[in-house]
Order: sequence, then structure tokens, then C-alpha cells
Amino acid sequence: MSTVTLASKRRRSALRTLAFMSPWLIGFGVFFAYPMISTVYFSFMHYDGFKPPTWSGTKNWTYVFENYPLFWPALRNTLWLVVVMVSLRVAFGLGVGLLITKIKTGTGVFRTLFYLPYLAPPVAATMAFAFLLNPGTGPVNSILEKVGIPAPGWFNDPAWSKPALTLLALWGIGDLMVIFMAALLDVPKEQYEAAELDGASAWQRFRFVTLPNISPIVMFAVVTGVIAAMQSYTQPLIAGKVASGVIQGAGTQFEPGYPDKSTLTLPQLVYNLGFQRFDYGSACVVALVLFVLSMVFTAFLMRRRGGLIQAGD
Amino acid sequence: MPGMSRKAVVALAASASIALLATACTGQSSSGANDDASKDQTINFWHAWSAPSEVKAVKTLVAGFEKAHPNIHVNIVANMTDDKINQALRTGGDKAPDVISSFTTNNVGKFCSSGALVDLNPFFKKADIDPETTFPKAMNEYTQFDGNRCSVPLLGDAYGLYYNKTASKKAGITSPPKTWSEFETDAKKLTITKGDSYSQLGFMPDYHGWESTTEHYFGQFSPTYFDSSGKSNIAKDPAFTAGFTLQKKLVDELGGFKKLETYRSKLGDEWGDKHPFHTGQVAMQMDGEWRLGMAEDTKPDFEIGVAPLPVPDDQADQYGKGYITGTIAGIAATSKKQNAAWELVKYMTTNTDAVVGFANDIHNVPSTLAALKSPKLKYDPRFKTFLDIAANPNSTTTPASINGGTYLVTLQQFGYDYESGKTKDLKAGLESTAKQIDTDIAQAK
Repeated sequence: MSTVTLASKRRRSALRTLAFMSPWLIGFGVFFAYPMISTVYFSFMHYDGFKPPTWSGTKNWTYVFENYPLFWPALRNTLWLVVVMVSLRVAFGLGVGLLITKIKTGTGVFRTLFYLPYLAPPVAATMAFAFLLNPGTGPVNSILEKVGIPAPGWFNDPAWSKPALTLLALWGIGDLMVIFMAALLDVPKEQYEAAELDGASAWQRFRFVTLPNISPIVMFAVVTGVIAAMQSYTQPLIAGKVASGVIQGAGTQFEPGYPDKSTLTLPQLVYNLGFQRFDYGSACVVALVLFVLSMVFTAFLMRRRGGLIQAGD
Repeated sequence: MPGMSRKAVVALAASASIALLATACTGQSSSGANDDASKDQTINFWHAWSAPSEVKAVKTLVAGFEKAHPNIHVNIVANMTDDKINQALRTGGDKAPDVISSFTTNNVGKFCSSGALVDLNPFFKKADIDPETTFPKAMNEYTQFDGNRCSVPLLGDAYGLYYNKTASKKAGITSPPKTWSEFETDAKKLTITKGDSYSQLGFMPDYHGWESTTEHYFGQFSPTYFDSSGKSNIAKDPAFTAGFTLQKKLVDELGGFKKLETYRSKLGDEWGDKHPFHTGQVAMQMDGEWRLGMAEDTKPDFEIGVAPLPVPDDQADQYGKGYITGTIAGIAATSKKQNAAWELVKYMTTNTDAVVGFANDIHNVPSTLAALKSPKLKYDPRFKTFLDIAANPNSTTTPASINGGTYLVTLQQFGYDYESGKTKDLKAGLESTAKQIDTDIAQAK
């Protein structure tokens, strides 16, 4: 066979491979590579959307890290949500899943009760929570006061606004509950029987039978939870706006993070810098910080997965 | 496939470069105002009003224009926020606005400096209209930035004092306070505590108390926000120290920040029927001219009094002034029909009958000196207070800045820290806030 024929075969094979890969390649290029390259490019440019971009070196980076007073509070809040909210969501979702798989009667009612809140649109759910947790008129504080428990300020108190957001996240636990339920029902019954025969306690059965079997699902819940927490935008924004008492008018200035910057998150800064101040360069810097943080968290969790996921999973 | 991957990298880099260059070239404004305004055409007008009565008033205003200019048809799009307007001005295209109207003057600097709206100076010159003699001083000021007049006043807002006349009489107050000292005394007299809360609060001084923002307080002190070199002047002008000191004093004397904030969280919202002034929960309210109609609509069980806001004791001779802002109109730089768009802007903002009719319908302050004096202006006698504030030469506004109202947000953020006691050193706080404002402006340049 001549070399020309071989080369032509290889070329055809390469083209065929590329043709089969093209849907992914196009998607990757349009939705990831191009936006990513653009974000890096614009983070070094001064660009307001009108005048052509001009090179500004590291000015945007310096501005965000040293001179933008909202960056560090937003980063701290986002990290708080990632650590506290995700941990509690996973623990609570697993707890509810366990409870529902164990109870004998009324599982349908409980499943529905826990799943329904997940279907509520985020804006409506947040507004409902702002109403329920209103420190002055909300029913939650009325009940707490009646039973003699000091009523928190919830969304009106910087110390309580993030716990209130966490409560809201726990209320909408339906998605995790369903995933955990499916995983829990998949755990082989004979393993529990063997453990019982060996005299394992309930905690030991959970620790040495349930957890190893569902560890890939726990990992999934943690990783997706971390990514979702890094993208927290709607709930903190709406809660802050509603609690501040000022209904945003058409010309009202954006006042993020009420109360005292405690509900401010990094995605809010991307919007604030990019689409309200039209400082696209600085917005790109914050977006890149978010991206890098997501990658770091995910890489860290994947490296730790050995402790959670057993060989063969 | 090393050869292929190199080609792929080259192709990717080339595509990215082309795409980036293409992106870099978007959003540039065209300046050509050489369209023929006499030919039959349709222009897009985006505005921010959303209440049914307001939307109807805009339609009436535009109908008057179309009658006067039968060749220009106007496609009206209501309920547009500045965020949406800003995006559309960058995008351009057939559906993008030719004429916009924004509710805030805070963004004028950004509109002008970015080139989002065209400079209207040549249009005014061509139409032989002198803005200096057409519009009240403050309104003339807030519609331009750095010599670029990219917007025109389209009705104004003046801030004054609403007070519960019935409660005032009961408290032995015979006339509205004219100085901040008198105001302080009256606010305390009008405050009735109930347990650890209030049955009636004299005044809600908190910066989250609806319209009691920093710029509205400071308007009464005639402040200078920037010095001649464009640097923030808030740490140097004593007006700011006086304004913050007054507000903090009110917060402390009326119950303290925490107690006031807890009470505020129990009150109705700014735009609803249950606004605390309407319900009698707050006896005095710093607000714009629109509050009178809104309050009367709820049929309150007390008599509403209206007066100018108080002034500092050492400026008693300037009583009657107030903070002025308003709605503005402008022409999109991306518009291909700028001459036709100018005809609409000119009609809406300088035709006395049109301005008066619109002001009557919307219950806002007219934005031309001629309209302010027009006999066709219909209003409740109390509304005249706002007309007088608008026409008062001592009335103030906030200047346009290259980054819009960012400096006001920064100042307000400092206000939150100061009123809550988080920041105690006013002088140092003002200095660091001024530095922040300068840094933000440098970043925007």
C-alpha cells in the first residue's frame, strides 16, 4: 500500500473523528472556551461596553482586591454559605431521606411535604420566608416570643441573615431528599442482615454499611452543593431587598447586601460591577475568582474522595 | 495527533481573536444626525412609568406629539428600568430605543461620559432654545456632565416635609418646623412610646426609612460634593459633617438605631397603602411631591400638612429650598433617527402645554420655568409648596459623575455604618469615604 493511500486514510479517519466530536467541540468552544478566553482578556482591559476596550494591565485586579470595599465581605459570605449551608443541606437531606425510608406509614405524605417546597420559585420562596421571619410582624417571632425564646432579627440582623438563608435552603431540601432516598433504597438488604447478625448497633450499621454504599451520592451532593452555593444570587438578593423595606424603583440605586453587607455574594458583585457600573473588566476579575474557587473546592473534594468512595464505585 | 492539535490550537486562537475583535467593535455609537425628520417613520420610546394612570398619561403626551407631527409614529415601551435601558443602549438594533426616559438623574454622568446618549447641545442650538433660561437652575445642572448635555429634564421631583397636622395640633405644635432644631423638638414631641416600641413615631430618621437618604438630608445643607479638580469634597465641606451629625442625633434621641430599625421592620412598604405616614405610625415624613396624592388616596383619618424641609439654624434665611431631582429624557447614540427623536424630546420637554398637561396627569413638578408659571397647571394648594421649592434658586441637586450615582451609594453605605454605631469617628470615616469615591472615579476613567 502506498504512503499516499495511508496518509489519505489517516486524514479521512481524523476528519471522521472530528465530525463525530464536532457537537461537543462546538459546544465546548461556544459555551466554555470562548467565554473563558474573553473573561481573561477583559479582566486586563478597561471596557464599558461603548468605547473600544483599552489595555489597563492589572488595574482591575488591584481595584477588586485592594480598593473595592465589597469584595472581601462578599467572598467571606460566599465561603460561609459554601461551608455551613452545604454541610447542613447534605446532613439534613440525608437525615430526611433516612427518616422517610425507615418509617412504615405515611411515607407518601412526608415525601410530598418535603418535596413540595423545592418546587416553589426562588423569588416567591424567599419573599415568603422574609414574611415569616419578619422580626416585627412575622409569625415565627410571635411564636418564639410567646414561648419565651428571644426572637432573632433574621434578615434584618447581620448576625442572623445567613442562618436565615440557610433555613430557607433547608426548607427546599426536596431535591437532595429524593436523591438520597433512591440511594438508600439501593443499599443491599443482606449487608444490613449480616451486620445485625454480627451485633452491629444502628450507628455502626449506618457508619459501616449505609455510608460506604451511598458515598458517591454524598460526594455528588457535596460537589453540586458547593457549586450552587458559589452561585448564590437570587435568594440573598431578594431577602436583602425585601428586608431593607425599600421596594426598588425604576431609578433606585442598587444597594447590595442588606443588612450591613451580610447577604452580599460574589455573583451579586459580578452583576453590580458588570451590568450596573459597566466596569466589565472588574466584573471579569470577580467571575474568574469564582471560577478558580469552584475549581479549588472541586479538586479538593475529588482528592478527598478516597475516604468517601470505595474502590469499584 | 500532534499535527492536528497544533492546527486546532491555531484555529481556536484565530477564532477567539476574531471573536474578541468583533466584540471589541460592538457598541460603538454613531453620531450622524443626518436623518430626515420630515419623512414617514416610527421611533421607539422607552420609559420607566408603570402604574396604569402613568402609562395612560405617557400615551396622552405622545398622542399630542403625533398630532403635531403626523409623519412620526411613536412605539412606546413602558416599565423600563435603567438596567434594561443601559443594556439596550449598548445593544442597538431596530427594537432598541431611539428616545429613553429614566427615573433617576444619578446615571446622567454615566450616560454622558460613556456616549450612550447623544450630546443635545447642537440640537438645542439648531432649535434656538436656551436651556439656561428654559429650565430651573437645579434641573439644568443635573442633566449635563462635563459640558455634555446628554439629557433633558422631563418633569421634576422636589422634596419637602409632610406632617400629620392633627397629631401636631394635639402635641401643641402650631406650625411646621423651619429649622432642624425646631424639627428635632417637634419630632420628640410627636413621638409616643408604647412598651419597647412606639404607638406613634415623630420621624423615622434611619437611612433605610424610605426617602430619608443621605442626599435628601444633605440637600438642605447646600453641599459641594466635588471640588474644582473633581475630587470628593465630603471630608472638607462642613455641610456633610453637619448632615451626618444631625441624622445621628435624631437616631439617638428618637430611641436609638436598634429600636428604630425594629419598629421600621414592622411598617408597611414605601409604595403601598400601608405606608407608615398614611397609617399615622410616623408623624413626619421626608418625601417627594407624589406622596400627597398617594396619601390622600388612602383617605387617612388625619389632616395632611405640607411644608419645605427644615434648614440648618444658620441658614434660616434660605428656608424654602429643597432637594431637586427628576425624570430625564435623552436620545440613544445608536439611533439612526436622531432628528426625529429630537422632535419628540423637544416636544415632551419644552412645549409648555405638553409639559403642563403631563405634570397634571402624573402629579409631578413641571420641568420648565414657563410651565411652572402656567395658569393651566392644576394642583392642590398644598402642591404649590413643591412648585416653589423647584423654582427656589437655593434648591440643590446632586452633581453628575463619570460613574453615575456610585459616589452616592458609597456615601450612603458610610451613613449606615455611622448611624448604627459601627463607625464612630465621623472625620476619619468621611476621609476614607472620600478616598473611596476618588478611587472609584479613577477606576471608571
